[in-house]
Amino acid sequence: MGLDSALTIAQPELLLAAAALGLLVVGAYSGRLAMTLVSWGAMLALGAAAVLAANGPLGQAFKGAFVSDGASVFAKVIIYAASGVAIFLGERWLVRAGNAKFEYPVLVLLAALGMGMMVSAGDLISLYIGIELQSLALYVLCAFQRDDARASEAGLKYFVLGALSSGLLLYGASLIYGFAGSTRFADIAGAVHGPASMGIVFGLVFLICGLAFKVSAAPFHMWTPDVYEGAPTPVTALLSAAPKVAAMVLFARVLAQAFPHDVPQWSQVVTAIALISVTVGALGGLVQKNLKRLLAYSSIANIGYALLGLASGSEAGLQAMLMFMVLYVIDVTGFFACLLALSRGGKPMETLPSLAGLVRLRPGLAIAITILSLSVLGLPPLSGFWAKFYVFKAAVSTPGMEPAAVYGLVMSVAAAFYYLRIIKTMWFDAPEGETDAPPLDARLVALGCAAFSFPLVIPALAVLDPLALAAAKAFGLA
Amino acid sequence: MSVEPLLLTLVFGPLVGATLAGLFGRRLGDLVSMSVTTGLLFLSCGLAWDVFCGFWAGHSHPVTVEILPFINVGDFHSAWSIRLDTLSAVMLIVVTTVSALVHLYSWGYMADDPSKPRFFAYLSLFTFAMLMLVTAADFMQLFFGWEGVGLASYLLIGFWFKKDSASSAAIKAFVVNRVGDFGFALGIMTVFWMFHTIRFAELFPLIAAKQNATWSFIGQDWSALDLAGFLLFIGAMGKSAQFFLHTWLPDAMEGPTPVSALIHAATMVTAGVYMVCLLSPLYEHAPVARSIITVIGAITALFAATVGLAQNDIKRVIAYSTCSQLGYMFFAAGVGAYQAAMFHLFTHAFFKALLFLGAGSVIHGMHHEQDMRKMGAVGKFLPITYAVMVIGTIAITGLGIPIKGMEIGFAGFFSKDTILGAAYAAGEHSPYGYFAFCIGVFAAGLTAYYSWRLIFMTFNGTAKWGEHADHGHDAHAHDDHAHAHDDHGHDHGHGAFKPHESPVVMLIPLFVLAAGAIAAGFVFAPSFVGEHREAFWQGAIFTAKSNEVLEKIESLPSWVGYLPLIVSVLGAVVAIYFYLLREGLAKRIADNDGPLHRFLYNKWYFDELYQAVFVNGAKALGDLFWKGGDQKIIDGLGPNGFAWLAGFAGRQLGRIQSGLVYHYAFVMLLGVAGLLSYALWAFAH
Repeated sequence: MGLDSALTIAQPELLLAAAALGLLVVGAYSGRLAMTLVSWGAMLALGAAAVLAANGPLGQAFKGAFVSDGASVFAKVIIYAASGVAIFLGERWLVRAGNAKFEYPVLVLLAALGMGMMVSAGDLISLYIGIELQSLALYVLCAFQRDDARASEAGLKYFVLGALSSGLLLYGASLIYGFAGSTRFADIAGAVHGPASMGIVFGLVFLICGLAFKVSAAPFHMWTPDVYEGAPTPVTALLSAAPKVAAMVLFARVLAQAFPHDVPQWSQVVTAIALISVTVGALGGLVQKNLKRLLAYSSIANIGYALLGLASGSEAGLQAMLMFMVLYVIDVTGFFACLLALSRGGKPMETLPSLAGLVRLRPGLAIAITILSLSVLGLPPLSGFWAKFYVFKAAVSTPGMEPAAVYGLVMSVAAAFYYLRIIKTMWFDAPEGETDAPPLDARLVALGCAAFSFPLVIPALAVLDPLALAAAKAFGLA
Repeated sequence: MSVEPLLLTLVFGPLVGATLAGLFGRRLGDLVSMSVTTGLLFLSCGLAWDVFCGFWAGHSHPVTVEILPFINVGDFHSAWSIRLDTLSAVMLIVVTTVSALVHLYSWGYMADDPSKPRFFAYLSLFTFAMLMLVTAADFMQLFFGWEGVGLASYLLIGFWFKKDSASSAAIKAFVVNRVGDFGFALGIMTVFWMFHTIRFAELFPLIAAKQNATWSFIGQDWSALDLAGFLLFIGAMGKSAQFFLHTWLPDAMEGPTPVSALIHAATMVTAGVYMVCLLSPLYEHAPVARSIITVIGAITALFAATVGLAQNDIKRVIAYSTCSQLGYMFFAAGVGAYQAAMFHLFTHAFFKALLFLGAGSVIHGMHHEQDMRKMGAVGKFLPITYAVMVIGTIAITGLGIPIKGMEIGFAGFFSKDTILGAAYAAGEHSPYGYFAFCIGVFAAGLTAYYSWRLIFMTFNGTAKWGEHADHGHDAHAHDDHAHAHDDHGHDHGHGAFKPHESPVVMLIPLFVLAAGAIAAGFVFAPSFVGEHREAFWQGAIFTAKSNEVLEKIESLPSWVGYLPLIVSVLGAVVAIYFYLLREGLAKRIADNDGPLHRFLYNKWYFDELYQAVFVNGAKALGDLFWKGGDQKIIDGLGPNGFAWLAGFAGRQLGRIQSGLVYHYAFVMLLGVAGLLSYALWAFAH
């Protein structure tokens, strides 16, 4: 395969890389317009990359290190769209916060580039490069409010623990390379037959641990509440959406394509992580008063459900995982958009009690939060219900997974408490005082996501279902 | 003309009336609602008499009209239908006649009530349910009607729902009837279990073959037919207020008096008797169940009569009298004289409705005073009411001349004497017959005493309502509903209070019923229980070959006929002595409050007993399950326990979340170690 065709396959990522570098230069020379200009340029680039990815050729480039297939295309469209929304939300927010630095959109762009590479990784090397590119950009984004102690702390914590996880991941990768003799997924799959050797098991588990950190699955979740709380809210919105999709798809690709013969084995490990995550997410959220921390636990629990889909180790399970991630990303983006839209006296309303009586102050947003809460809770026929429905359907149809599915269901009941408490606070408690007028951008996103959760999700399911199925086929599991 | 449209009009007319008055009563207005319901009832009544006369004259024959299928599941088939035979024709005239008269009577009695359309809708609804009951061709429709009359009874007892005592009486009636209905439903299930059908026409021919079928329970074989008969009789006990399940009937007097006349005297409470007679093919083969019916009926007759001696509320006296008369009907059926039971049901409907409506006329005239101790000398002011009440009393006490071949007397004389004669005749085969006879005769004396006592206390003697200036307030406290009656009362002024005769709409029904109370006996006796009975019943009542009680009545010694007469005259004489000649003596005895009087006045302490055993017992049991079982064990270990556990775990997780990076790293590494161990174990398996 020639370089031409390889570059064609990598077109969207090349475009993003070029745009990031170009916009840095543009930003440096455009003075006060820089933030607006670079932001819209970045959104344009993400849009174009999504279009290119959707219409570009499929295949392998760079000797299999870079893969473009149904799964990567599906994931890229979501990732780029979610990153675009993060820029859209962040630009105005930073302007209002008096921190309108044009590096924000560029860093998001670079993170998106890293995520794009993650979902296209067909080799342990490109896997690591993708992860690091994404992570480094996100570390910086978390600490973007340099004057804010909590933001700096969040960024630093994330960086230190991220470095530890990278170490675990690299150690695992090196063990696998040592025992399989190759870094390419396809070659590893060819080398690992039958009962895996001790070295492969070690390598695989370390690799899983490193990836579990990236998706913030328990017990590698400890950073999540602190970072979610400390990071600027638009960054948290980004953190909880696009990188999760990228890491989940990468997770699935490594396990499905490098270890297709050990499905029952890695399935058990992933199930364990999934159930711990579901438990920690459900129980940890019960005592949280800060909404961003609450959403951190919510995301831990939800990643648990996505992992349950992955742990099913079947085409249906992977389809369920992809469906879950799409629907969850839209819900969580809407949630954070609501938080971005709400402030009182210039200060963001981030605690549960501050939402008291919101329905009387901001009925539109209160209804949006209600819909989104009910959706994440899993109430039919809202989108979150369908997400969980896919996962549990896949889990119960996999022999041996039934107890795990039941346990997940029980824990989703426990988690329902904190979503319902949000609703109760908004609808039945007495308001504390007037809120500021919500900004248009955040309100638009919030209402749009809520409208998707219900009722738009019903027709959307008909479109998403076959797309997710096609994407799941690309992983090559039966 | 085909009989079908006629029957449909007869049965569904009242439903149409109930629907119109119930749903559109406010829009139609009082007058239209009342006219429509009453008009339709009189139409039904006319048709019913037409139908009945066909059977009486002997040129009509049993027919069943199937209207719609109801339930078809497996062997279980039920259809909405109208079964017409002599038995249901008798019930049709009883129900529609009394109902039509009560509708008319209510024009006057309820004239001041603000929710007349609702009242008339309930009355018509009741009538419809009762007609469904009596025309049922299978157990399902019978049960439907059974529950329908129960519902209507509940609604009408609690018609003045703002009055606490009326609400609780309605609930009591409903709950006590549930007990009976539970047995009834079990009985139906037993029948279906035994015969795989609930249609009477299919069921009855099968019964004889199952005579010896048994059912094993606690190591013993029981006759399955007796079991079915007994369970069904429990339903009848509830509906007909028999001993043990009678407690609701006196309280049901909280309802408006026309309701008491219609439901709690003439029709609904006789549904149990009707059912036993309808199921005569079953009971003829269930001797044990019949013995139980005889004993329960006799005990009820005695019990209610004794309690009736000491009551002071005019309606309660009549209620206990009803209870007692129902006991007569049941033991008549129990000894095998179903025809006599039906005959007494028929005549009783006239004179008991008459007594109730007469009492209603008194209550109306006395401005809602019901306590007989505050009456007296009312006869002067309500002469017509007085006259018809005396007719009703003569009828119920069974006064008549029992000379063989030329009996002369009012309605009750014929039916009651037939019953007592049948009981005596049955005594030849079973001791229960003699038992019922003795009790029946004794109760007849008591009946005479309390019935005449009612007349004398109310209409004769000295006026007690003048001394009590506060009677009006008492009455109104007693009847909170009577805000409309306030005006009515004020017209006369509380100081110059004078009872007044009722308006014509209330008197016409009294005349009609008085005519029935006089004539129903000698006109219909030959057909119901006399020489024409075979031709009259046309097989609607089954009597086994060995059952010859009615034949034997002819050849009984003549003292059997005279004894009830002597006893009831004696009762009347005692009443005259106590309440006319030595007025005030009875009051002194009552004021002495001896143990016997207290026992009777408190109705043998049944309410207290039930309160202690069932109500408090159920409460204690409920408390045990609620506080102990539900709150402590289920909630404690279940929802609350899990909630506590979840909260506890959440707080512990929060403590681990210290904010310190090295703690986080430590947890991560612990996670790696744990997962690695798990994976090594998992991969090895």
